[in-house]
This record gives sequence, C-alpha cells and structure tokens, in this order.
Amino acid sequence: MGVSEKLGQLGVVTTTLEQAVNWGRTRAMWPMLFGLACCAIEMMSTQAGHYDLSRFGMELMRPSPRQSDLMIVAGRVSRKMAPVLRQLYDQMPAPKWVISMGDCASCGGVFNNYAIVQGVDEIVPVDVYVAGCPPRPEQLVHGIITLHEKVKEMYWNEWAKSE
Amino acid sequence: MSIFKGLGTVVKHLLEDPVTISYPEVERPVRERFKGKHALKRYDNGLEKCIGCALCAAACPADAIWVEAAENTDEERYSPGERYAKTYEINMLRCIFCGYCEDACPTEAIVLEHEYRLSFTDRRDSIYTKEMLIDAPPDGVPETPQKVEPGAFDRAIPDMENPK
Repeated sequence: MGVSEKLGQLGVVTTTLEQAVNWGRTRAMWPMLFGLACCAIEMMSTQAGHYDLSRFGMELMRPSPRQSDLMIVAGRVSRKMAPVLRQLYDQMPAPKWVISMGDCASCGGVFNNYAIVQGVDEIVPVDVYVAGCPPRPEQLVHGIITLHEKVKEMYWNEWAKSE
Repeated sequence: MSIFKGLGTVVKHLLEDPVTISYPEVERPVRERFKGKHALKRYDNGLEKCIGCALCAAACPADAIWVEAAENTDEERYSPGERYAKTYEINMLRCIFCGYCEDACPTEAIVLEHEYRLSFTDRRDSIYTKEMLIDAPPDGVPETPQKVEPGAFDRAIPDMENPK
C-alpha cells in the first residue's frame, strides 16, 4: 500500500509503468477453482482443449487461494457456503478479482429462495458478471476479456485507496 | 515392441492440428436452435408484434421479465390491437434462456436469438430495456408510434402465417 500510493503520484513514469504492470496482470491471471454447480462443467470445458484458457495465461485452475488472482464463482452459493467463499477470498493475495459466472452466482437466477445467496456481490466485490445458464465457454472467455479491459484501466492511485 | 507402438501414438498426435478454437478471433457457429439474447420483433409495416399481455412474464420461471402495458390509439399506434408494451425489461442475469417466453407469446413477438456475449461490470447494466431489445423497423418504414387509418388494426393478432 505505502509504495504504490507514493508511486501513484510520480506522473509520466508511473503511467507507463502502470500500463506495463496492468498488461502483465492480464497476461498471467491465475484463476481459483470455485465450481459449485453446473457452471463448473462449462468452466472445465473452457479450461480444456477446445477453448484453452492457457491462451490467456491461465494455465490451470487450482483450489489454492494463496496462489491465485482471480476467483471464478461458478454456480449457486448457498447460505452455508457463503462464509467459506468469503474466507477463501480473504486468503487470496491482492490484487484480486472476482468473476461471477452464470445467473445463480450473479443474482440467484431461478433460485429465488431462502437457501441461496441472491448474488455473490452480497459477500465479495464482483468485477464481472457473466450471464447465461450456464454460460457457454465463449461467454466465460468473453467475461474474462471484459475483466482484462477493466484491469487495463486500473490506476494505482485508486487501487491503493480501495485497499 | 510395445514402446514403439506407444511412441507411434505420440508421433501421430504431434502431427495433428490442435483442436483449440481461438475464441475472440475465431467464433464457433452456434446451433440453429441456440437460445441467446432476446429480440422483440416487428411486422413488415413496422408495428411491434408485442401487445403487452405479459404472458411471457407469467411463464418466466426466473421472473426475469417486467412488462407494463399502455393503450394504443389510432393517432399513436405501436402495435395492432388495444395495447402495447410501454415498458419491456429483461434482466439478463436472471434469465435462464429457457425459451418459455418464446413459447408463451401469442404473437411470436419475443424470440431468443444467437447473440451470447453478455458480460457486465455492473449489475444494473444487465437490465435490457425495450429500446435495447427491439429490432429496427424494416427499411423505409416509419418508427413507432405510427398514425394509422381508424379501424385498420383493431385485432390484436392479425392474420398470421402458421408456425413452421
């Protein structure tokens, strides 16, 4: 936090560096496996040969929060799962991003009831919502590209303040 | 001998083309009956097919559709019949793309089309309004509301061709 806040006020040097860093972040954004329902099947096929997330530097999904930058919440989050999800999110090192994949994760989808969290943004800050039930692998890839666009516009000043 | 057999398999796969579809550059065509983003249709004379009956909203298992109807007049006619949809909103994050709205629609106004790129950075952007959903009127046909001859469009469902 300290360094990035100071660096954020150095003008043209850091603007270029910022772009380089943001570019770097988009090229190797390791996702955390968080498959909860049928969306996970589509997430697996996005990872597999035909769509191959390795093209975006996401070599493999790993269920290890300390080594990941991106949490893809794929599927419906029950009330009982919510604290677990939050804990895993807290364990991820910053900067970290969240993609809410599919209808159920984004806003509950068809499961408008007491057992399902009506959108994971009740628990964690979500960067990109991907619609679909479940989304096609292309839709998830499109969501990831949307996230890349968002990350490329991130500024350290704002980022440091939000921490 | 079996080691050569195994190596043969490896060499055979080395020479094959990769199966990967580089999505943003190359798009795999979707199936004919793929259900993606909705579109509200128009008749050839530019009038909207939707009559604001809200049967789609009733059929929707996820309660993703919100319809508010208003009265048509011959001076300001949006659709044939008494009423038209003043507000038509679909929450794309609620919608499960089941196509029940398509089945419920008496005028075949709502159709699920092939667009699937639906990612949002804000949840509010996922609510698609009527302006975002409706097709543009055909070439040379005025936008609704239109001023029409009195009595020309009294029936809600004009003579339609049979569904294919």
